[in-house]
Amino acid sequence: MSVIAGALAWTCRFISGSQGHWVNCQPPEGQCIFVANHSSHLDFTVLWATLPKRVRENTRPVAAKDYWEASSLKRYLALEVFQAVLVDRSGHNRHVLDPLLEALEHGHSLILFPEGTRGSGDEPGEFKSGIFHLAKHRPGLPVVPAYLENLNRVLPKGEFLPVPLLSRVHFGAPIVLGTDEGKVEFLDRLRHSVTELASL
Amino acid sequence: MNDIQVKLFQDPALARLFGMVGIFLLIASAVGWILKKTAKTDKARVTIGNLNDRVAAWWVMVLILAVALAVGFHGMVILFGLLSFLALREFLTLTPTNRGDHRALFWTFFLITPFQYYLVWKRWYGLFTILIPVFAFLFLPARSAWAGATERFLERTAKIQWGLMICTYCLSHVPAIYMLDIPGYTGRNGSLLFFFLFVAQISDVLQYVWGKLAGKRPVAPLVSPNKTLEGFLGGVLSASLLGMALHGVTPFTAWQAFAMSLLITLLGFAGGLVMSAIKRDRGVKDYGTIIAGHGGVLDRLDSICFAAPVFFHVTRYFWTV
Repeated sequence: MSVIAGALAWTCRFISGSQGHWVNCQPPEGQCIFVANHSSHLDFTVLWATLPKRVRENTRPVAAKDYWEASSLKRYLALEVFQAVLVDRSGHNRHVLDPLLEALEHGHSLILFPEGTRGSGDEPGEFKSGIFHLAKHRPGLPVVPAYLENLNRVLPKGEFLPVPLLSRVHFGAPIVLGTDEGKVEFLDRLRHSVTELASL
Repeated sequence: MNDIQVKLFQDPALARLFGMVGIFLLIASAVGWILKKTAKTDKARVTIGNLNDRVAAWWVMVLILAVALAVGFHGMVILFGLLSFLALREFLTLTPTNRGDHRALFWTFFLITPFQYYLVWKRWYGLFTILIPVFAFLFLPARSAWAGATERFLERTAKIQWGLMICTYCLSHVPAIYMLDIPGYTGRNGSLLFFFLFVAQISDVLQYVWGKLAGKRPVAPLVSPNKTLEGFLGGVLSASLLGMALHGVTPFTAWQAFAMSLLITLLGFAGGLVMSAIKRDRGVKDYGTIIAGHGGVLDRLDSICFAAPVFFHVTRYFWTV
């Protein structure tokens, strides 16, 4: 599958013209969770494609089960090519984070969109608490903020035809949950670090 | 394959012209190599590093152009169609539009731009001239209005139209030079096209060189601080003299070639100035990063955008039947 994944990453970078832009930081050496704003269906593919190869090969996107299990092609792409971790968004499941924790146990990095759903692209919406609980379970795990620029113009919510504008992915310095940092504080800090990258 | 006859370099003059450019580039590479060895300060090293990047990129660009010109008319239509696409993408990335323009942008990229080049391919002069300024310019605002977003409507419409004008309409006049039917010059339009591109680009290069060597008085400090009066005059005049020296491959006499070269270089300068003003307004230095040392496709083609349609129409008016 890595051949398909490599070709797909190259195609995605070529079409979106996207480049990773590491703002005052370097691509992470070890395991981490990437969090980003979410405004387009192309988001995780573009973020994933701009990661350096060695990081990309160990990074799995977190995606919605209801969307990616809807057809066999989507399921193939999600599970075989991207090796996505599918989560149940219905909200009644107490063990919703279990597959994510399991992936972290195996040493994988994750791509997560803490807004939970796609926004209009103007300002990231509120972050859901899942990322806080993951950070709490894995103390010391770096959370890398990323801002996806222009993807809401390439393929906005509600459109199915992409327009080939150039996009960019800005990565910020990693954030680690403080020992006695609360949920609201942490989510605020994280969201702020993403919006700060937007103003670059 | 009857339609597309692949006869490489139909006009032997073209092969010689590329030989000449090859020698220029060899000299430039050698000078760059010597400068690199002798550079003393860090500032000089940065300037020379950029110079060498530019020369290296020129090798690649000349090679691509040689392949397209060797194929001939259809090669140039395809090359400039792709360049228009890349330029449009750089332009519209920089100029914000809103959600209501999404479909209009889709039309711009995937229907109007390819259709404009299809018209060149088919040598359909009448529609080629009016497709964008008449049909597209009326259709696109209607499409955006239909989408219902009225905020900053005039501004958004102007951005899309200007992008289409510069990147697609103006650039499509380069391969359209093949459409010109000049008595006594049949089958040699590739050389005329080469002459046009050579004068426009060598003028940029010479303005840069004269500016670096003798530049003192800035001409437009607010728009483009690197453009100086000395660079402008030296570049325009020396490029026009080079154009004059090449008159043998054109349908022009020596003085006509000089006048046409002057026209190309002055419009090229105007193009560079306007495209810089847009970059200033948007707060960026370059349109893109696709060509190392030069920036984006538009940074390299800004002079050609302005010069191509005027060169095309002046030649058409005075030299064709």
